[in-house]
Amino acid sequence: MSLVETAEQAKQDAAYKEALVEVLYQLADDDFIISYRGSEWLGLAPHIEEDVAFSSITQNTMGHAMLFYQLLEELGEGDADALAHERISNERRNGTYFEIKNGSGTYLEEPQYDWALAVVRNYLYEAFKKVKLEEALKSSYAPLRNTADKVLMEQPYHLGHWKTWITQLQDSSQEAKERIQSRLDEAWKQIGDAFELGPKADDILAKEILSSSETLKQRWLDSVKETLTYVPNGDLASELGNGRAKEHTDQLDQALATLSEVYNSDREAVW
Amino acid sequence: MYNYIEHGKGATAVSTHQEDPEKYAEFMERIEAGEKIEADDWMPDEYRQTLIKLISMHGISEIMGALPEKEWVPKAPSLKRKLGIMAKVQDEMGHGQLLLRVAEDLMAPYGKDREDIMQDLLRGDLKFHNVFHMATKSWADAGLIGWLVDGAAIITQTNMLDASYGPYQRALQRICAEEVFHAQHGEAIIMALAEGTEEQKAMLQDALNRWWPALLMFFGPPTAETTGSSKQEATIKYRIRKSTNEGLRQAYLDKYLPRIFSLGLTVPDETIHYDEEKKKWIYQQPDWNEFKQIISNNGPRSQARLRLRKIAHENSAWVREALATPVVTA
Ligand SMILES: [Fe+2]
Ligand SMILES: [Fe+2]
Repeated sequence: MSLVETAEQAKQDAAYKEALVEVLYQLADDDFIISYRGSEWLGLAPHIEEDVAFSSITQNTMGHAMLFYQLLEELGEGDADALAHERISNERRNGTYFEIKNGSGTYLEEPQYDWALAVVRNYLYEAFKKVKLEEALKSSYAPLRNTADKVLMEQPYHLGHWKTWITQLQDSSQEAKERIQSRLDEAWKQIGDAFELGPKADDILAKEILSSSETLKQRWLDSVKETLTYVPNGDLASELGNGRAKEHTDQLDQALATLSEVYNSDREAVW
Repeated sequence: MYNYIEHGKGATAVSTHQEDPEKYAEFMERIEAGEKIEADDWMPDEYRQTLIKLISMHGISEIMGALPEKEWVPKAPSLKRKLGIMAKVQDEMGHGQLLLRVAEDLMAPYGKDREDIMQDLLRGDLKFHNVFHMATKSWADAGLIGWLVDGAAIITQTNMLDASYGPYQRALQRICAEEVFHAQHGEAIIMALAEGTEEQKAMLQDALNRWWPALLMFFGPPTAETTGSSKQEATIKYRIRKSTNEGLRQAYLDKYLPRIFSLGLTVPDETIHYDEEKKKWIYQQPDWNEFKQIISNNGPRSQARLRLRKIAHENSAWVREALATPVVTA
């Protein structure tokens, strides 16, 4: 497959474009929902320094989501803000593990959030994102390569941040160890769909837009096994559904209702 | 930002110049000559305590101040606005961090640290600024905070840019530079609403009506008599700030009322006008008893916001404990 340099060029091959947008939706929706869950944590992190660092990562991640939505906009999928705010949950492609809430309560009332979930999820996510973006550097779609390259410049800091947290917590107090391990067990049952490429997987591979699901999974496992001192037994599962095939939990609906509340109050208005 | 409000425990040391009259005279000479005092320098106890209260209140207000805006961070109505408000609130947490470090250094001789500040806050002994006790009801409130609350902060903070205490003065330099961006961020939101639909305009006017008394209160009572206590004298005597509460409020009205009116907005005070002879704004005083209630954590959202901090503190007890445990490497 030769390099596709521009959105215009991509649009001339309908099958290519359809496969390409699947990958872009996955990347955009993952960052968008992870950033949303991060923004709910604001002001509630274990200490002030962490609040500053975490919110910086959350903000960068929202910036990355915006870059991917802009790539979709160039391909004629619609305005980036509309893509971020208007689509309902069964139009979304994010991995289901990334959408589950931070704990009980809401960010406004009684947020009983679990830092072990934040650490495990963000660490696993950043490790996954690194692998996926590195594979995207080889993509046949040049604008995706360029964006992946740009995002990968900021991303080592994000991954490093969460890696430090998980390294510190996984072998410290007994309580911390247990909390981290049980969140890892949970993750193993829920993160499986993140590695899927969705309904257009065959074309994504044939047109060299991205590497295979197996490659993503294997590279990710290799990487997290270097850091984790406890790795759950068994295969990765997708107990919450397959987000890449637009299956989601009602926790995503709740998130979407919140994050688009003002936008939806008047979609035509300039905010 | 945030000027001085009387602390819950009124434990200020008295007549500290008597502890060492010579050193005290030397100290006063230094600050009157415009020299900066550093953390390890000799300073009268009254000065140290005034700074601790001022700076820990300022720092904790930055942190509590992140909460009302945070309510609108996930809801910001476009990707650009989401990024803008995230950056802004992150800055505020950063200001809190910077200031608490300055306060911690000053508290060290008393054997106190960050945990004491947090405990004081949760117990209600450490006040946070009146504006952050208020509810945010719409997206317009998020814009208004950036525009008019940060605008007020700029006025009080630039008034202390030459503060006699070096570490605070340097922190303020950095904070003020960022506050300017915050005010611009707020103004951009406000402009979009002011030029928007009828509903957006109404939302903006409603926000201003609700926030107006709190904005006037921001600068503190005009005189000590108003609320029975005001330590503005100590901060002026020690060259920490220059102007009085009322002086700052007048500067604020000078700067913002013309802008408010030019956007077609009104303030909920029919008597407000500029007195050419007295060269000052005549306005209806806010209810200073209510002010006292608000800063005593009896404001509309005081307890709810303290509750958030309390939950966060409790839920991360295991994290603090784990961090204090040495890592056992496999
Ligand atoms: Fe600030
Ligand atoms: Fe600010």
